[in-house]
Formats: sequence, structure tokens, C-alpha cells
Amino acid sequence: MDDAIAVRDLVVDRGGRRVLDGISCRVPRGAVTGLLGPSGSGKTTFMRAVVGVQLVSGGTVTVLGQPAGTPALRHRVGYLTQAPSVYADLTVRENARYFAALYGRGRVEADRAISDVGLAEAAGQLVGTLSGGQRSRASLACALVGEPELVILDEPTVGQDPVLRADLWARFHAMAAAGTTLLVSSHVMDEAARCDQLLLIRQGRLIADDSPAAIRAAAGVDDLDEAFLRLIRAGEAAATSTDATAARETA
Amino acid sequence: MNARILAATTGRILRQLRHDRRTIALLVVVPAVLLTLVYFMYADQPTPPGQPTTFDRVALVMLGIFPFVIMFLVTSIAMLRERTSGTLERLLTTPLGKLDLLFGYGIAFGLAAAVQAAVAAAVAYWIFDLETAGGIGLVIGIAVLDAVLGVALGLLCSAFARTEFQAVQFLPVVVIPQLLLCGLFVARDQMAGWLQALSDAFPLSYAIEALQEVGAHAEPTGRMWRDVAVVFGAVVLALVLAAATLRRRSG
Repeated sequence: MDDAIAVRDLVVDRGGRRVLDGISCRVPRGAVTGLLGPSGSGKTTFMRAVVGVQLVSGGTVTVLGQPAGTPALRHRVGYLTQAPSVYADLTVRENARYFAALYGRGRVEADRAISDVGLAEAAGQLVGTLSGGQRSRASLACALVGEPELVILDEPTVGQDPVLRADLWARFHAMAAAGTTLLVSSHVMDEAARCDQLLLIRQGRLIADDSPAAIRAAAGVDDLDEAFLRLIRAGEAAATSTDATAARETA
Repeated sequence: MNARILAATTGRILRQLRHDRRTIALLVVVPAVLLTLVYFMYADQPTPPGQPTTFDRVALVMLGIFPFVIMFLVTSIAMLRERTSGTLERLLTTPLGKLDLLFGYGIAFGLAAAVQAAVAAAVAYWIFDLETAGGIGLVIGIAVLDAVLGVALGLLCSAFARTEFQAVQFLPVVVIPQLLLCGLFVARDQMAGWLQALSDAFPLSYAIEALQEVGAHAEPTGRMWRDVAVVFGAVVLALVLAAATLRRRSG
């Protein structure tokens, strides 16, 4: 029971297209796991399946020992959607206090979540008047305010200033050190190096599932971007040769 | 349902309203302005002896119709905004229950409607000398119930609208037939049988009849209480159906 998330043979179809094609993986507790992949690779769909809001065609997703989407999990899992989903006509503080109340938390936790994402000075400002980066941090504060055991963050650092980005990653690692499990998606490879564990998906398939160091070692390069490229190429070559073998056997 | 979450949700919706001063002004002022129009429309109309004046008859019904129509529209748009901003999907990943959200809207907009109805009734009674056999308190109470009926139907209809354009189209579909057949234009017992049957099926007909009972009788009548119970039942039914259309999982 050491895994926060266990996924077996997950298949998801959306709009007649296979978005996730038989993904199996595990996400360890108390660590930051990066979900890397290009735009359209299925990262958001994977996260939605973990949160339990995605209709799935096959496979199982177990979260904190229970099937994804179980009502009890809604107290234990925090979810940040890719597009900031906070109330534009409320202030940052009002948003944080509302989401805090849903999790049975109070004003203290709300204020702490706001300062944790570096928005303390904008706490009294209407979300509608914030910049895009601030708005997504307001949304992040609302995902963290319930102090969930498992935090699912869909591209939390997009559009953030580099200093803030470093602060947020430091914050994620501090949370992991305190026992929280984080699953963080990104399409920026330089963020991959900051994760304890990596899941790389491309075209709905899992290409790599290992620590950054192990992935570098397996590919024989130091640069993660290059390592992923080699893994993808190796995977494609294997698939082509399997196809060729199959074709020969049929012939 | 959870009392703490329901209270937080009601407070959040009222806070959103508070930040929108122009909407508050419109909510409070528009019914009073419309009543003024009605007053001058009928100012020179002769009244048959022993009958209530045309203004008394029409204004009393209008006190119930304004909150119904306005709250239907406001709610349809508010709920659609929850959907399109992603906050609805996010809320459904939190411990919030569907009925917490729907009753939150019902209570918050019901409170706003109470203010609106009180102002409109004050204008009708004290500026334009509206005369009813029953008391102003009952009139305001029924007006608030009408507003809550508008909220409940708005919440239900918003489930079937994907865009603002569609949501606004539900006004002619859902509200106007109820207005035409509620007994304001033609007394219900003078309509063709199939129109009467339709009128009997529309909850607004009972809301208007309840107001007319207050207009004609000094004490609350059994028929008025029956009408109020029917409207209340329609509210609960619409809210439960609206909850059934909210899906936590989607494709």
C-alpha cells in the first residue's frame, strides 16, 4: 500500500479517438512525480481519470487505496485544472476562504495558502483584475488550501516568472517532504529534472516511468530532453521491427 | 447535504453578487420602475363598481411575475458561468454535494429576491396605493417563493444549455408560456380545455393564484396554502431533477 496511485491498463476514448491507450503505472507516496509529454499527449485526460471525473473505457485507477472518484477521496485529493478555475468576481481571499470552507478549513489555512503561492499582497484584489500568472496561482492556492494528501496539478507553473517558478517547486518539494504526494504535469522538459519520479506519455502511451537519473542512464545522455528523444526513437524502432517481424511471419 | 458547505456556498454566491453593484441596482430598481409604468398605463381606465381597479389586479400579479422572470434569467446565466469557467467541474471534485450547490443558489437568490420584492411591494402599496384584502407580508412571502421557483427552473434549464445564446432562449420556451397561461391575460376558467390543462401543469399558475387569493381575502385561505404547497413542491422537484443532471464524470 505504498503507492498513492496505481493505474492498470487504463484506456480512455474521447470524441471517438483513443486518448489513453493501455497505461499502467504507479505513483509513489510522499514524492513529486512529473507527468511529462507534449500538448495533446493525454496528460490532462490521465489526471482527470485519477481525480475521477473522466469516463474511462477500460482499466482501473486506484487512488490512496480506493477506486478513483470514490466520494471519500474528495476530502483527500486536491485538483488544479489547467485553465484557472476560480471566481473572477471574487477576491483572491474570498476564493481561498470558500474552497477552504468546502474542506472544513478556516481563514488561517486560506491565508497560508495565499502566501504560499506568493499572492499575499494581492489577496484583496478581484481575481478578474489579476494577470494570467497570478490568476493561475490563485487557482493553485484553492487546490492546496484543503491540505490534501494527494495533489494533482495540471501545468501549475505555466506563465510564471522564473523566480516564482523556483519558489513553487521548492514549495512542492517541501510538501512532499511533509508526506504529501504530488502529481505535476508539464510540457517543459527543464521541469522534469526537478521531479523525483517521471512519467513520460506520448500519443496516449507511457514511454518512460523512472527517476530522472535512471532515465538519463538508460538513454546514455545527461540532457533529459535528448534522453526522451532517444527513448521515443528507440520505442518507434522497436515497434517498426516488431511490425516487420510480424509481417515476415504472416508471409 | 452539509450545513457548513451549504452556508459557505450561499455566502460565496451573495459575495459575488455584492461585487456586482450594477446588478444589485438593477435587481432593486427595475421592478419598481416597471410598476410605475403599469400604474400610469391603467391610470385613466374606468373601474366597474365593486371590483378591484385594473392596476390593483395587474400590479399584484406583477409582484409575483417580476422576481420569477428575473431570477430565472440571472440563475441560468450564473450556472452557465460555473460550467464554462471550469469552477463547476472543480467544485464536483471537492466534498461539496450537488444539492449544497443547488440549494445554495436557491437560498442566495431567494434572499436577493426578498429585498427586491420588499422594495417593489413598498412602492406598489405606499406610492401607488395598491389595495389588497390580505396583508403585504403574505404578498412579499409569495413573491419570494416565485423567485425561488424561477431559480429552480433556471438551474434545471441551464443543464440543457451549452452556450449563453442557448440559455437565453429558454426564457421564451419556459417562462413565456407560463406567463400567457397563468390567468393574467385570460381568466383560467375561461380558456379552452386543453389550455386549462396546460395552465394546470405550470407551477407559475399556482403562484399567481395564491397572490390573487391574498388580494381577495383578508385571511389566508386553504386554496392559497394549497397553491403555496404546489409551488414549493415544484421547486423541490426542479432542484432534485437539476441535481440528477449534474454529472461528476464526463467524457
